[in-house]
Amino acid sequence: MSDKRKCTARIESQIKLAEGIYSMWLGFPEDLRIAGEAVPGQFISMYSSDGSRLLPRPISICEINAPANLLRVVYRIAGKGTEEFSHIEAGGSIDVIAPLGNGFDTSYAEEGKRVLLIGGGIGIPPMLGLAAVVKGEVTAVLGYRDNSLFLKEDFLPYARVYVSTEDGSEGVRGNVIDTILHYGTEADIIYACGPLPMLRGIKAYAAENGIKAQVSLEERMACGIGACLGCVCTSKEKDAHTNVNNKRICKDGPVFDAMEIEF
Amino acid sequence: MNFSVNFAGVEMKNPVTVASGTFGSGAEYKDFVDLNRLGAVTTKGVSSVPWQGNQTPRICETYGGMLNAIGLQNPGIDLFIERDIPFLKQYDTKIIVNVCGRTVEEYIEVVERLAGTDIDMLEINISCPNVKAGGIAFGQDPELARQVADKIKQHAEQPVIVKLSPNVTDIAEMARAAEAGGADAVSLVNTFTGMKIDINKRAFALANQTGGLSGPAIKPVALRMVYQAAHAVKIPVLGMGGISCAEDALEFIMAGARMVAVGTANFHNPAVTMEIIDGIAEFMEKNGVKDINELCGCVK
Repeated sequence: MSDKRKCTARIESQIKLAEGIYSMWLGFPEDLRIAGEAVPGQFISMYSSDGSRLLPRPISICEINAPANLLRVVYRIAGKGTEEFSHIEAGGSIDVIAPLGNGFDTSYAEEGKRVLLIGGGIGIPPMLGLAAVVKGEVTAVLGYRDNSLFLKEDFLPYARVYVSTEDGSEGVRGNVIDTILHYGTEADIIYACGPLPMLRGIKAYAAENGIKAQVSLEERMACGIGACLGCVCTSKEKDAHTNVNNKRICKDGPVFDAMEIEF
Repeated sequence: MNFSVNFAGVEMKNPVTVASGTFGSGAEYKDFVDLNRLGAVTTKGVSSVPWQGNQTPRICETYGGMLNAIGLQNPGIDLFIERDIPFLKQYDTKIIVNVCGRTVEEYIEVVERLAGTDIDMLEINISCPNVKAGGIAFGQDPELARQVADKIKQHAEQPVIVKLSPNVTDIAEMARAAEAGGADAVSLVNTFTGMKIDINKRAFALANQTGGLSGPAIKPVALRMVYQAAHAVKIPVLGMGGISCAEDALEFIMAGARMVAVGTANFHNPAVTMEIIDGIAEFMEKNGVKDINELCGCVK
């Protein structure tokens, strides 16, 4: 029987963090236990109120406040849908399905382990929620384009934070791998989210150094619940559900062990 | 109030099903809808062996619609029979299995494997715009469509629905060809071949370059085609194309569709089929319609 549904969330707050980057806290109806079910690395499907835009925008969860049934998302304006979201003010509402997908496996981040969180650009937000819950000695490497260091301060209570910028205006000039090498950061487990070239670099780095790595992928989605097969990625082994070498990013991911998928 | 329809000999509790490819085999929607309430579940196209499908991006949004080029990724008929049919048999709904293939022999292989299984109908996809061979090639030539229908009917145990492509000049001729080949019903429309270009990347939005357009944007054209097909043949018509609310569904029924399928709207709201079923019932009650069949084809 039906126990999940698209629901209307209230906008508790919305602020602009940097050019084109917005932060929104969403509150959910009392009868739906949403934040309590959510884990870092999962996403929510956000729907436009404009009937010409049918498909959900999958946005990763940034922070979770389970007691108050609130979720925070930090998103980039990528088109008309996300631009519409950025105009909704506190007190307004938005239709969502939440939470969706599988989050990071935090069992790898035990006490005494060196935990490396890597976020690149709009891949930084999901690493914040993860930083808040993982055990071990936590280092966050955050890759930015320039000195608009959105969310950096939010990581400080949870992790040692290193920054890289493409233009060299803050931290290490270059990318996140340059930063890891610069500081000689060692890790037992890597969790990462960001653009594909960054994730490819991390996968290669993890493989060379024998480090376990979990990565979060993104793709355009239609259903968001595993039915339409719009958002697949190539898996190393034949997938039990699809019976081919494809996994569904929305349903089987968006978090995968880096070594189990080809990208 | 009678809500049930007889569709090519199969009794459906109501005239609402889902469009193939938008609903998997129902498992992903069971948390959002009560599958028992659907007239039928139409499953995603299944072929004789597993198909990998196309490269990504496979989907993109367009104004009031979307393009898809999934490429009929599916787990193959063996796993489908082992897993998906038993799953659906837990529910009190009819099962329509969409069948795809690259050659007539491949369609027949799937149809023969489904003989003896506990499913209710076959829907033969001769209209997928996203695979190179088979699919749409059969759906754009009336003589080929007639031959495919005829050959499949010789091997099919269950009633056969032929799913038609809207990418043709004369939809009535295609519907008549399917009927002449012995089809028990036709369903339409599949998607319209379309394209989107990402101007910032100066590239096609889809890896496949073209994809099938669906959603509210196609509804008026789909409705016209369903009307034309319903008036061209005696076999029943399963109408679809952009249906996203009860009013849309009623339009297709009044145009002559005995059943309707909800497709892309499932992506906008996974529970939309329940709202559509409730909305049709409300309309009937409000307007004193005692039998849904009174509405079928009432606009001539």
